[in-house]
Amino acid sequence: MADETSTPSAPPSRPEGSGPGSSGPGGRPPGARPSGPGGGGRKFFRRKKVCKFCVEKIDAIHYRDVRLLQQFVAERGKIVPRRLTGVCTTHQRGLARAIKQARNIALLPFAARY
Amino acid sequence: MQRTYEVMFIVRPDILDEDLDKLIAGLEANITQGGGSIKSLEKLGRRKLAYTVKKFNDGNYVLLTILADGSLVGEIERRLRVSEPVIKFISVRMDEEEKRVAKIKAIRATRKKLSAQPAAPAPAAVEPAAATEAASA
Repeated sequence: MADETSTPSAPPSRPEGSGPGSSGPGGRPPGARPSGPGGGGRKFFRRKKVCKFCVEKIDAIHYRDVRLLQQFVAERGKIVPRRLTGVCTTHQRGLARAIKQARNIALLPFAARY
Repeated sequence: MQRTYEVMFIVRPDILDEDLDKLIAGLEANITQGGGSIKSLEKLGRRKLAYTVKKFNDGNYVLLTILADGSLVGEIERRLRVSEPVIKFISVRMDEEEKRVAKIKAIRATRKKLSAQPAAPAPAAVEPAAATEAASA
């Protein structure tokens, strides 16, 4: 195990060659290589994000629907990015438009005060 | 070209009910005279504003769904801008969106039919298997 080729990145890349060796650097962060072999497998399981509008079949995203829009607005009034909410591109576009319209008519804040 | 528009406006909160009705009646008259028609009128009542508008923290929301020309909507917007009790307004064209939603609904309906159709032949396909099962039993 103690040869020059076993760089820190080598154990995860090798499937099973270094059985006892892989137990040594087992304390690597789980997020670093989620599909790494051996070790303890995946440390945590991230649920697959799905588009709320596709799943619940909400066709029209309306600017009057404050309750719905508020779920996609951060505390300070920002539109939450797609990568965090899992909304699909098409619906994110409609959502952004609806939020902006709602802001215009004072249903949603441009920037929330503290 | 007549299109569907939604005009939402906020009236200052200290207005009297009669004055509000008068204002809305005036707008209605404008729309009908201009060749448009009103589909629905909804008073959403008093609501807290998300931010201060003209030193007001709440306002009376009114929603108007109309069928009108673009030029008529421009005229209505001008009137809203001029009228003193109206503190904020927005007009949104809805017909495109309605068309899109109708299309999606139609597609969904046809899909349901398709899913219903294979269900009918499916028992027929199952039946022979059931028959053989019955024969073997």
